[in-house]
Amino acid sequence: MKDRLIKIKEQASAALQNITSKQELESFRIEFLGKKGCLTEALRSMGGLSAEERPAIGKLVNDVRSFIEAEIETLSDRLDKEELLKKLEQEKIDITMPGKKRPLGKRHPLTTVLDELTDIFIGMGFTIAEGPEIELDYYNFEALNIPKGHPARDTQDTFYINDSVLLRTQTSPVQIRVMENNKPPIKIIAPGRVYRSDAVDATHSPLFHQIEGLVVDKGITMGDLKGTLDAFCKKLYGESIKTRFRPHHFPFTEPSCELDISCPACNGSGCRVCKDEGWIEILGAGMVHPKVLEICGIDSSVYSGFAFGIGLERTVMRRFGIDDLRLFYENDLRFLRQF
Amino acid sequence: MRVPLSWINDYVDIEDISPRDYAAALTMSGSMVERIECRGDNIINVVTGRILKIKRHPDADKLVVCEVDVGGETVQIVTGATNMKEGDCVAVAKDGATLPDKKIKKGMLRGVESFGMMCSEDELGLTKERAEGIMILPPDTPLGVDIRDYLELNENIAEFEITSNRPDCLSVIGLARETAVTFGRGFSVKTPKVTESGGDIKDFISVEVLDPDLCPRYCCRVVKNVRIAPSPAWMKKRLEDSGVRSINNIVDITNYVMLEYGQPMHAFDLKTLEGGKIIVRRAAEGERMTTLDGEKRELDTDTLVIADGRRPVALAGIMGGENSEIQDTTATILFESANFNGISVRASAKKAGLRTESSARFEKGLDINLAPAALDRACELVCELGAGEIVSGVIDVCAPIPQKKEIAFDPDYINKFLGTDIDREFMENALTALEFEVREKSVVVPSFRADIEGGADLAEEIARLYGYNKIPSTLYIGAATLGGKSEKQRAEDLIRDTLTSLGFYEIITYSFVSPKIYDKLNLPKDDYIEIANPLGEEQSIMRTTAIGSALEALAVNYNHRNENVSLFELATTYKKGGEKGLAIEKQEIVIAMYGDDTDYYSIKGAVEQLFESFGINNYDIEPESNNPVFHPGQTAVISLRRKRAAVLGRIHPSVLKNFEINKQAYVAVIDFDLLLECKKLEKKYKPLPKYPAVTRDLALVVPDDVNVRSIEDIVKKVKSDITESFSLFDVYKGKQVEEGFKSVAYSLTFRALDRTLTDDEVNSVMDKILSELKQKLNAKLRL
Repeated sequence: MKDRLIKIKEQASAALQNITSKQELESFRIEFLGKKGCLTEALRSMGGLSAEERPAIGKLVNDVRSFIEAEIETLSDRLDKEELLKKLEQEKIDITMPGKKRPLGKRHPLTTVLDELTDIFIGMGFTIAEGPEIELDYYNFEALNIPKGHPARDTQDTFYINDSVLLRTQTSPVQIRVMENNKPPIKIIAPGRVYRSDAVDATHSPLFHQIEGLVVDKGITMGDLKGTLDAFCKKLYGESIKTRFRPHHFPFTEPSCELDISCPACNGSGCRVCKDEGWIEILGAGMVHPKVLEICGIDSSVYSGFAFGIGLERTVMRRFGIDDLRLFYENDLRFLRQF
Repeated sequence: MRVPLSWINDYVDIEDISPRDYAAALTMSGSMVERIECRGDNIINVVTGRILKIKRHPDADKLVVCEVDVGGETVQIVTGATNMKEGDCVAVAKDGATLPDKKIKKGMLRGVESFGMMCSEDELGLTKERAEGIMILPPDTPLGVDIRDYLELNENIAEFEITSNRPDCLSVIGLARETAVTFGRGFSVKTPKVTESGGDIKDFISVEVLDPDLCPRYCCRVVKNVRIAPSPAWMKKRLEDSGVRSINNIVDITNYVMLEYGQPMHAFDLKTLEGGKIIVRRAAEGERMTTLDGEKRELDTDTLVIADGRRPVALAGIMGGENSEIQDTTATILFESANFNGISVRASAKKAGLRTESSARFEKGLDINLAPAALDRACELVCELGAGEIVSGVIDVCAPIPQKKEIAFDPDYINKFLGTDIDREFMENALTALEFEVREKSVVVPSFRADIEGGADLAEEIARLYGYNKIPSTLYIGAATLGGKSEKQRAEDLIRDTLTSLGFYEIITYSFVSPKIYDKLNLPKDDYIEIANPLGEEQSIMRTTAIGSALEALAVNYNHRNENVSLFELATTYKKGGEKGLAIEKQEIVIAMYGDDTDYYSIKGAVEQLFESFGINNYDIEPESNNPVFHPGQTAVISLRRKRAAVLGRIHPSVLKNFEINKQAYVAVIDFDLLLECKKLEKKYKPLPKYPAVTRDLALVVPDDVNVRSIEDIVKKVKSDITESFSLFDVYKGKQVEEGFKSVAYSLTFRALDRTLTDDEVNSVMDKILSELKQKLNAKLRL
């Protein structure tokens, strides 16, 4: 009996060497440990043993069983691991194939950049004002110190609805509406559509967007105008950008200026983008003309303010290197997808 | 305004200042220099030469081979030009030369070596038009001389951008004054000296100004024994460098003085002035004259004319008449130097569609004191050029000259306004240099500075001379303002966020459209707002709906073969009836799409999700079969609070055809204001359920014309505390379903917050639902 058990163990050990799959392992288990397996049979035949032999043989049977069970488990683990590795190997894919994309829409590039500008001004405590696009001549021109017959009217070719109603040529009339209806302190920006009767080409459009800004309070200085717009430029174009305030003329501001930034493409050394100037004009600004304050019922001996106007299209064109204004209004997806 | 720097140098010494520094300094003191141009900069290695020999080209009929002496050296040049002969002097671009548009290198032309090029005027950049043949220089031209020196192309010409408030700077003298102030240098204008040669102007002409409001001053002098001739080279060159074509000595003098003084002038042939009279008057209605440009013009009473005893001879301040033009034979002339009302000149010039150098200056308002000075300068030049003799006396019809303005001068105010600490001395010096007369508490404004009206204007003068960039930048610390967006602006952001995350691209379209858009949309003409002076019919009315704009955007994309297109616009529409004659401007949200898996339910889904993002889950929906823009069977109207909130559906095939879109397209138009009015954006947390849900399917057979909305309305109305949700998962028509009926399957979810539901509880609700459906919709349970 003892020999038989030892033989079983030896047979099992030998058989285990040849097992390469879980299936073979299961057959092996049935062969040795199953109900009709050789160890079970050996156990059954223990009935014929003497009481003295029994404990020793019983222990031997158990040892053999434990041995086989442990071997099965070890091998099973190993086979599992091997199988997993094999499976993982089989599941290998070409990770460079295109990803599956969910459809995603985008804001119009004009909106994207406008949002950015608006966020900067909101961060500085500005609110956003609005005004009508079909506007009275009074708000668009007269209240802005551009009376009828003023040569400045020639620089803004105007679409008229009738003698007193027009399509606003600038967002500046919103200044007047805000000052008429609010007491200082006033701190607003007014983005919106404006119209000029320019024929469409790569750099002209009869419709474009401006962002107007207005600050009115006691003791506002030209230094404040500079500080505010400096801060704006640094937020929009980066801390290293340089600004230059250049004298200019607008009928509704005095003193007036245009603001240039050092050309972001060449850092001011001169290139094609800035036409070798090293500077790029980005906005017009100035101290609100005392006459304009008075027209709006604000005492110019107590209050002062500054105003500025930014052309959105030009800002966006510079940002993305777009060379044709018409693309903004064609709404071709091949264009819109790029931003 | 183009000014050669040497002309400025006549008044203020700037020889030691580089053109680049000059441009930068003037720009920063307020006279913007757009560029400094030197024609010679782009012409390198071009010299004068003489053609010694012209031989036939051995292999080309249209080419010749020239031997050209370029000063002690002979070069061979092959050319196709035909206008030259042996002995002609020419400009030779040698091997390695640079011209404005090209570089010249030696090369082979049909097998014969060529060592350069003989230049035409346009190749040298002297004219913009294409020149015929090469430029032939005078026969006595010295050889081998740099062409820049020979043609004097080294002049630096500044191109100024002068703002409309500074007509005084539309002159060499004005810019010289600014130059002097900018660099702190001396500046002087000599008073012109006129040598009169006897006679009396009154024997030649009398002047009557009938409309002094439009002509505050009219000065004139008479020149006799006029010798019309070409101007001397120096004057021609200055005029040409300034962009003015030289005509003859008299016309050139008027232009020269206009450039120098900023005062437009005119010369009449005195012989042509009938009745020996000048009458400055408004034109009679319908009166006609032909201007110097050959245009016949019909005038009206708003236009001021210079007339003789019988007829107009000039449009005042704009252009002379053909009838009084200077001819080669002119013997006696009348020089006019007048001051005209700017607004009137501007209006007349606009009406005539004729904007001239003269009208551009008058319309900005000129100094009334300029007229006599400019007149004397012109006569001084006549003497200098030997162009005629000045008759003694001057006629000066002048309205009372307004007193010079005196305005308050308060250095404290200026410093407070600018945020600076500039001392009074600097301010006084700056203003004095600008020819202000500084007093204790005021300044007297020079008559040529009509733009200066008050303290803010003085502040600007000080600031620009002090330097805008020296003003310290400060951040305004006033009352704290809470920045932010209004509710409406946040709603716009929400719309953009929602629709872009659903895959829609934002578009921006023109607000003006063609009136034909209504035909294209199958719509009757709306009562739209028209633009009085549109660019063209295509953009002549303000849109009352933005559907057309969206369909046009779809069409653009369809044309460019973009396959799946989903767009939206937050579009403004404009309707009559606003306050004070303005428009009612309303925003609508237009969603438009076409593509492979797109159908009515795609656009409806987008609208529903947009509504959900505004917290709107309940709305009424009705089919709309009579909307001409849309498909009669695939269109719905959604109402909120019984108001029309949206229309959505498939675009009518005939409309699609009008827009040339050969795909089914779907559009929704949503009322932005109503959406805003009905929004429910406050959010409240609901505890997550602790007890499991029970799900039951409900498969019904209903008559074909029953829409699922009516089923859902009934399910919703059945009273139950445990119905959590239901969703449609199948609609089926065909086999196994009787003709005229359809099968509709719902999945219903039941749940109680405080317990696990029993089958009985659920069954009882299901029974109620079913019985309601049977009763109201003739529904049957599908077996």
